[in-house]
Amino acid sequence: MFGKLSLDAVPYHEPIIMGTLAIIVLGGIAVLAAITRYGKWGYLWKEWFTSVDHKRIGVMYIIMALVMLLRGFADAIMMRLQQALASNDAAGYLPPHHYDQIFTAHGVIMIFFMAMPFIIGLMNIIVPLQIGARDVAYPFLNSLSFWLSAVGVILIMLSMFVGDFAATGWLAYPPLSELGYSPTVGVDYYIWALQISGLGTTLTGINFIVTILRMRAPGMSLMQMPVFTWTALVANVLIVAAFPVLTATLALLTADRYLDMHFFTNELGGNAMMYINLIWVWGHPEVYILILPCFGAFSEIISTFSGKPLFGYKSMVYATVSIGVLSFMVWLHHFFTMGSGANVNAFFGIMTMIISVPTGVKLFNWLFTMYRGRIRFTAPVYWTIGFMVTFVIGGVTGVLMAVPAADFVLHNSLFLIAHFHNVIIGGVVFGCIAAMNFWFPKAFGFTLNEKLGKASFWCWLVGFYLAFMPVYVLGFKGMTRRMNHYANPEWHPYLVVAFIGAVVIMAGIALTVLQLAVSIKDRKKNLDLTGDPWGGRTLEWSTSSPPPFYNFAHVPKITSLEHYWDEKESGKAAQVGRYEDIHMPRNTGAGVIIAGFGFLLTFGLVWHIWWLAIIGLAGMIGTFIARSYDRDVDYYVSAKEVERIESAHFTQMKEVA
Amino acid sequence: MSTTVATHIHDAHAHHDDGSKTLLGFWIYLMSDCLIFSVLFATFGVLAANTAGGPSGKELFELPYVFGETMLLLISSFTFGGAMLAMNAGRKNQVVAWLLVTFVFGAGFIGMELYEFAKLIHEGAGPNRSAFLSAYFTLVGTHGLHVTCGLIWILIMTHMVARFGLDGVVKRRLSCLSLFWHFLDLVWICVFTFVYLRGVL
Ligand code: HEM
Ligand SMILES: [Cu+2]
Repeated sequence: MFGKLSLDAVPYHEPIIMGTLAIIVLGGIAVLAAITRYGKWGYLWKEWFTSVDHKRIGVMYIIMALVMLLRGFADAIMMRLQQALASNDAAGYLPPHHYDQIFTAHGVIMIFFMAMPFIIGLMNIIVPLQIGARDVAYPFLNSLSFWLSAVGVILIMLSMFVGDFAATGWLAYPPLSELGYSPTVGVDYYIWALQISGLGTTLTGINFIVTILRMRAPGMSLMQMPVFTWTALVANVLIVAAFPVLTATLALLTADRYLDMHFFTNELGGNAMMYINLIWVWGHPEVYILILPCFGAFSEIISTFSGKPLFGYKSMVYATVSIGVLSFMVWLHHFFTMGSGANVNAFFGIMTMIISVPTGVKLFNWLFTMYRGRIRFTAPVYWTIGFMVTFVIGGVTGVLMAVPAADFVLHNSLFLIAHFHNVIIGGVVFGCIAAMNFWFPKAFGFTLNEKLGKASFWCWLVGFYLAFMPVYVLGFKGMTRRMNHYANPEWHPYLVVAFIGAVVIMAGIALTVLQLAVSIKDRKKNLDLTGDPWGGRTLEWSTSSPPPFYNFAHVPKITSLEHYWDEKESGKAAQVGRYEDIHMPRNTGAGVIIAGFGFLLTFGLVWHIWWLAIIGLAGMIGTFIARSYDRDVDYYVSAKEVERIESAHFTQMKEVA
Repeated sequence: MSTTVATHIHDAHAHHDDGSKTLLGFWIYLMSDCLIFSVLFATFGVLAANTAGGPSGKELFELPYVFGETMLLLISSFTFGGAMLAMNAGRKNQVVAWLLVTFVFGAGFIGMELYEFAKLIHEGAGPNRSAFLSAYFTLVGTHGLHVTCGLIWILIMTHMVARFGLDGVVKRRLSCLSLFWHFLDLVWICVFTFVYLRGVL
């Protein structure tokens, strides 16, 4: 009846897990009770859960990402504590099977459920505003994408309390991830969480490509798109070109585990190295999916706060596109040790080094943008400068490992761990937080507290160097990754420093949370009434903060790259013309419902509860079909209503001026 | 939020029903699907020789039978073309008729494929016998699964044409379905060439 699921699946005897469960359950009950108490369920359902407004969907993505950052970091600091303790005779406090699940969950959560939702959330909020569109190409699919990702999050959180999670490392290499070596449901949770959220991500990719190609304001040529939109376009092309490979690869692993097939097994002709090739054909473009939009955000920030147009806009665009193309030609650098021969390794090594060229171009562009600018040192600028310094170091260690001979020594050592945290924290995390500080007023109508933002930055920066520079050294000293215990006392002091660094990062995260809380409390003092708090240069700053749900009352006619800036300079006030009816998509619960059935499907598949899986699948398809019969999917906002909203905004602006 | 209900949904500035946007998106989706098939073809290429002492393609495949299957699918693409011509001419009943004919051919294809699979499994050449057979069943089966989805979609479109007539939304969806169906035909040509022909030669 319940497949493999029984009450034994709940790990009662693990005090750490049960403690976490208690906290989550109590916290959850408190939140639910508060929502009920204040009667907010209807509001949440009508205005958020069923919303097809790209801005609201974006906000939900980012909230999800921040929550998952907390979870992912909790895993990280647990590992750091374990390694700071488990030297020589000491065993530490985490048994190996638990430790293995933690580093797997940490990697999976940080990449798929922290970084990806953050990036997609930012694109959702900003891209349509930057191109002067009123929504994305397929608003309903956008809502569906979000809820599918949310199901992935739910599955991975659930795996902690019901069953277990994969203990295979974040890419679940076979043959370890095959049924024979990983007989529990851990890998199945992994597979289905990634499959269902990956489906959402692919749909997002398609949605944004069409949005950017087809919905730009009249007059905006491709070479007049803001850089963030350009990076978003390339990132989404990468999504559509890479995620299907992940889907197919995981499907083959699924076939091995569920249908007794032999793609990657040791027996009957399977070939495990094929999995490793395929997964990195997705994996390397994935890192550029994460970093490119961050590059875009840094570009917008640095040019806005330097008070200058971005230096070398065209070279920035070409650099972005060439990074996108090159990212598909380097995957083998993740396993030079496979033994494919000197020539093959040399090719991939050189291709990898070539990528650093366009990246270097970008760096110089940012520097030249700042050169002779009147730089305002706001929190987003702090994060950007911190990024520029840190990312260069990470880039250099990356090129170092691109030398196959060096990689044979450094492969799977802590040097690698230090390298990718160097680029991913210094690049993606700094980029996301910089972007959050920069665009927060646009999304919510008030600015974030600068002092706390800067304090958080310093903690992150110092914490990062404390936490990861010793890890580089440990790599040179021969310490490999994923170690639950070690017998070399020489490593111990470095790991203690790394732990202290993680604690400092924790302070940085706490300060970001505090920053959000204080800013929300003091929002009346920090209102952004003009819609343009920083002296912005791109279209998103031309509408009010937060923008009306239709974004723009009049779709602007674009005449130059920095259209909005030029209009401000030439003193053209926002035209108050005749308002027209605006055509908008209607909210729909179909996305939530389909994702709900998706949860039943994937949960049923994880636990081999076939009837549940069938109900889930039938429900998903049925709801989708029912939705396709719904002909009342849009409506018009009357010109009168538009006029009311717009004149309220103008009155506000006049009061400020 | 006071709003007026959209009574004039399909007028000029109703940009959500702009069919070209949907078609572009669907094209991009097909490209992503194409990548899934590429992975499966590549996998098959790598594993085709790994028969692990089991039967090889040469011993298993019967070309004339597969050729029959192929013809069914090709003809169904042809009949779908008929449906599209009828759609452009605005002949609703003809569209329904062509769609149903297409469905019959498609279903015939799936029936033959299932019979072939059943026979192989019965002979002890199931997907768990060797890496080669895993790759074979997965590649051909994934195509079959796509065709099955196409069949369900054809039925729904038949109903929609009957119910709503040939309005903008229905036409747009028929165009997508048409792309999908021809795409599956193309994929099958590749399957026929690389899996069956190459296997037998
Ligand atoms: C915030 C501070 C962070 C700390 C202190 C931290 C710490 C760690 C530690 C201790 C490991 C295990 C190293 C080992 O194998 O011995 C690890 C692995 C990993 N981390 Fe982080 N991490 C942090 C942030 C991130 C972020 C932001 C990401 C990605 C967006 C990330 C992605 C990964 C991945 C993919 C792995 C590999 C997991 C595996 O071995 O399968 N980490 N991290
Ligand atoms: Cu790579």
